[in-house]
Amino acid sequence: MSTVPEVVVTGLGATTPLGGDVPSTWRAALAGESGARPFENDWAERYEIAVNFGATLKVPADQVLARPELKRMDPSAQYAVIATREAWADAGSPEVDGDRLGAVVSSGIGGIWTTLDGWDTLREKGGRRVLPMTVPMLMPNSPVAYVSLELGARAGAHALVSACASGAEAIAYGVEMIRNGRADVVVAGGTEATIHPMPIAAFAASRTLSTRNDDPAGASRPYDVDRDGFVIGEGAGVVVLESAAHAAARGARVYARIAGLGLSADGYHITSPEPSGDGQIRAMRSALADSGVAASDVAHVNAHATSTVVGDLIEARSIRAVLGDDADHAVLSATKSMTGHLLGGAGALETIFTVLALHERTAPPTINVAEPDPELVLDLVRDEPRALPAGPVAAINNSFGFGGHNVALVVTSV
Amino acid sequence: MAHSEQEILAGLAEIVSEETGLPTDSVLPEKSFTDDLDIDSLSMMTIVTLAEEKFDVRIPDDEVKNLATVGDAVSFIAGAQA
Repeated sequence: MSTVPEVVVTGLGATTPLGGDVPSTWRAALAGESGARPFENDWAERYEIAVNFGATLKVPADQVLARPELKRMDPSAQYAVIATREAWADAGSPEVDGDRLGAVVSSGIGGIWTTLDGWDTLREKGGRRVLPMTVPMLMPNSPVAYVSLELGARAGAHALVSACASGAEAIAYGVEMIRNGRADVVVAGGTEATIHPMPIAAFAASRTLSTRNDDPAGASRPYDVDRDGFVIGEGAGVVVLESAAHAAARGARVYARIAGLGLSADGYHITSPEPSGDGQIRAMRSALADSGVAASDVAHVNAHATSTVVGDLIEARSIRAVLGDDADHAVLSATKSMTGHLLGGAGALETIFTVLALHERTAPPTINVAEPDPELVLDLVRDEPRALPAGPVAAINNSFGFGGHNVALVVTSV
Repeated sequence: MAHSEQEILAGLAEIVSEETGLPTDSVLPEKSFTDDLDIDSLSMMTIVTLAEEKFDVRIPDDEVKNLATVGDAVSFIAGAQA
């Protein structure tokens, strides 16, 4: 009888609005910095868009990648490859048979820059000017395909799409690949490059974006009474997942364990979360049951909390429903207050934050909460990081997406 | 206005350099696209598409397989100019 392998995290990589890599992003997060800034263009004026700011990459991809790479990859794939290179090096560039190495990298929206550039070219110059690389660049599996090419990952390359839960769902699938024996090592994460005027106009039209144009850095304020929507962000996060046995055999540094996965769907509305939180609660309960962790061991929750009026409170009540009185000693962080919302990259970046919080015993802060919502029923880490207890502890990372997708990951300390 | 062969070589070298990352001065007339410059068929079609725009010519698909070297492409484009 074979046992199900335990899955650990041995490498981290990211490019985000707070920094071009994980160490700079983490330092900025602990310092409570905001990655939101005014757009350096005239989109809002030219196209009459209600929002003129976002959380753009701190280090643009064209400062990192070679020119042919920039031309061959949509920005969504560029960010994924940047994050992958860091994660792989951080894991010690493990020697692994490509047939035992998997890749799972998701994007919520895909290669929208390439799609729209191709359409512009077609209309302005005609069909003969549309470039042959257009389809391989716009397809939503393009980021993971490039990651697979980069590392020679041949156990499987997958791109699971669930809007803003995509990054977390990718990591969940990567864990499953190791648990069910398809791979020993999986590179998993999420990416998004959607700071283009069309999707911004569309998100603004759905009234989900903050319109705090005079104060971009103060616009993402989860759980504050004056929150008015999310701040669009961009970037990627990638983790190296590994079976504990494989990591131990090569003497790898282990950050934390991904101990439990919980996935559910609301089946309720295309954008609104189900008001009772039933789907979120089922996801968190499944993840805890899968991990074998008791609610009393949960010391930290990285909330999905995007800074929308309705969504933040539904999640807070769901966490309270799952943890009960044990929620009193689980500190809550809403890191989108600093990073903005990376959409398909969010769940992966927040998994990295959750892993680091346990590894360093420090929960990152939530900024911009001038007056907490009186209905918030949890201990929110505000402004300054908070120390987490020593000894074995667990954390939950929640990610939810348009379409009613709920993903909860339970991370445990090593 | 028609481009000289020298101008076409320089323009083509820029396109190839952007696509492959090779320095422009390595894109010489005697170089084979596939054997020397390691250009696959997808990259070759990208180069053809960009060259058609840059030099305002039409390079039919049937012709592309005859363009083995950079010099072949320069000659074809020079001859195809109006």
